[in-house]
Amino acid sequence: MNMIIKNKAIVADDWTVLRLQEQETPESVIVAAGKVIVPLKVWQAQRAALQDRKEIGVWLASDERPEELKGDIEKFSVIAVDFPKFSDGRGYSIAFNLRARLGYSGELRAIGDVLRDQLFYLQRVGFDAFAPRPDRKIEDVIKGLSDFSEVYQTSFDQKLPLFRRVQRKANEAASS
Amino acid sequence: MYRYDEYDQQIVDERVRQYRDQVRRRLSGELTEQEFLPLRLQNGLYMQIHGYMLRIAVPYGLISSQQMRMFAHIARKYDRGYGHFTTRQNIQFNWLKLQDTPDILADLASVQMHGIQTSGNCVRNITLDEFAGVAQDEVVDPRPYAEILRQWSTFHPEFAYLPRKFKIAISGGKEDRAAIYAHDIGLAAIKNAQGEVGFRVVVGGGLGRTPIIGSVICEFVPWQHILTYVESILRIYNQYGRRDNKYKARIKILVKALGIDEFRRQVEADWADLKDGPGTLTSEEINRVASFFADPAYETLPDHDSKLNEFKADSRSFSNWLSRNVKPHRIPGYAIVVLSLKKTGNAPGDATAEQMDFVADLADRYSFGELRITHKQNLVLADVRQKDLISLWQEASAQELTTPNIGMLTDIISCPGAEFCTLANARSIPLAKLIAERFENLDYLYDIGEITLNISGCVNACGQHHIGNIGITGVEKKDHDEWYQVSIGGAEGNDSSISKIIGPSFTFHQVPEVIERLIHVYLRERFEAESFIDTVRRVGHAPFKEHVYATDFAAQEDEAADKHVVLPAQYDVPYYSPRF
Repeated sequence: MNMIIKNKAIVADDWTVLRLQEQETPESVIVAAGKVIVPLKVWQAQRAALQDRKEIGVWLASDERPEELKGDIEKFSVIAVDFPKFSDGRGYSIAFNLRARLGYSGELRAIGDVLRDQLFYLQRVGFDAFAPRPDRKIEDVIKGLSDFSEVYQTSFDQKLPLFRRVQRKANEAASS
Repeated sequence: MYRYDEYDQQIVDERVRQYRDQVRRRLSGELTEQEFLPLRLQNGLYMQIHGYMLRIAVPYGLISSQQMRMFAHIARKYDRGYGHFTTRQNIQFNWLKLQDTPDILADLASVQMHGIQTSGNCVRNITLDEFAGVAQDEVVDPRPYAEILRQWSTFHPEFAYLPRKFKIAISGGKEDRAAIYAHDIGLAAIKNAQGEVGFRVVVGGGLGRTPIIGSVICEFVPWQHILTYVESILRIYNQYGRRDNKYKARIKILVKALGIDEFRRQVEADWADLKDGPGTLTSEEINRVASFFADPAYETLPDHDSKLNEFKADSRSFSNWLSRNVKPHRIPGYAIVVLSLKKTGNAPGDATAEQMDFVADLADRYSFGELRITHKQNLVLADVRQKDLISLWQEASAQELTTPNIGMLTDIISCPGAEFCTLANARSIPLAKLIAERFENLDYLYDIGEITLNISGCVNACGQHHIGNIGITGVEKKDHDEWYQVSIGGAEGNDSSISKIIGPSFTFHQVPEVIERLIHVYLRERFEAESFIDTVRRVGHAPFKEHVYATDFAAQEDEAADKHVVLPAQYDVPYYSPRF
């Protein structure tokens, strides 16, 4: 069974991520039984069959729009966002929009090129689950969640900017 | 100026700890170079020709004497005794070892400094009008907003892996001194008819391969909403900016592709959800940050010092300096002093450790302990009593910081060029030197008057050549020799324009003669007191082009040999670039 990071802990995971092979099409690919995270295009092509499953997940590529899931998000046990390269930052805005605009509250998982040094930012925009790249030690990767203990700005994790959360000092010399 | 509280300090300290561990993992091989690259870039660390170069942030160009002394310390301890002030109001050190960089960042953190987001595809150090807070034409003091935006953009989780780098500039005077039309986002702090503070927001400007003057996306965003408005711009860019081609990835390409109206529609649709939300700025916060920029303890002084006039009459050098390097201050009896880093032969923007310590002392004694770095690569003492100008001039002259050439042809803006930078096609610093030597005569220089000359070693335009009245660019040619394109008609400020190339490119040694010929046409064509740029705009390119190419250039006997005598000897730089 795969290990992932979920809610800040390393846990076993029994979902499989379906990625289309070259000759497969969204319409014809066979979605195995059990807990499968399917590509958005497969969901769209096979919606009628998939939507009655008890547990189904979907994943978005970095060039796909979260708005495509509008009206459907309640149906998913997990939504994943794929990072084809860790330096492709579109997934951060996808996550933010899924959470803040579409109101998705279920598991949001980062998949693909997921590495330790991006984890802090990823959790801030709304990811609560991470499937690190398989060649990395998950015990190291999880350390990335705690790089910083304070942040300035709002994002999904922190609804108030620092200046609304704490009393910060003014310049004493000026106030006298 | 702004001082860290415990939150700022904690965030920067934790960054040093994070970076130290990243360097450890890189050195142990846990991180590949490809994975380490964006991590080190977001701490300002580049790999250049001679080794690692560290770009340290000087947030919006304001710096204390204590921080300046830390630069001197770094120059001595980790580098070769000097640093280079950049067109983004930062400083770069060129000769560092990777193993030392965590310690350097720890040293910097001890004086509230860092290299955060001075490179990489993220929101970079925000730049500001170098006379903010003291300029006579100031409408709104933009410094508190610059600090608030600095905090907002620091480690913004959603915008750390943008399609490309992202630069924001802010101006607050009637005259734009921050080149806001040449930035990804330019903010002009203004007041509306009701006297309320807000920002004219300009988007999609930029230089580089595709120079574009920015477009106004909103004429007035009230100050409360500036953070959320900027956030929406970034979000649209992050999602839709091109990532398939590095040269088409800046926001200017997206704005151009969509058109400003469609881009605005998308931004405002996003913004509708954020407006009036918790990201909205509060007057408590703006007042708190503004308290750090409150006036220092100015004395009540007469606006004209009689001793100055006497001394001026006696000393032509002083009088030249006064008229070129000293600017009017909004407080009577005070002046803004620009310390020139453009002495002939000096690499534009370079300062030695001794000079850094020296200017720190000057700041302590003459300017409330603060300095500014200008985007024209000079230093500023912003709050000098007029009655101190004579002694300040005498002291600064001994350190060669009073060349009276601010705004003149020899106040050349230049990137580091091919001796330092892996991107450059050609040398910049030696060319600046050659040109400065040619125009050293002050009578001639002053007759030419206000003019800007910018040199970039390649199209990436770190020397901002597109907005120089005269712009020089190192271009790549098949023969791998150095060639330079010359363009004219660029300008920054309220009347920004992009320069146009005059024709086929030139060799290194032809460029000073080309400049001379351009100046000849200007002096011939100008109306009384008309500036170079105004003459170019009135008569067009044709007369300049015609004269420059009319006669052949004298053959340079030893073009090749000269390449090895390029920088002042103390720098000990061999001429070397992998491109040649």
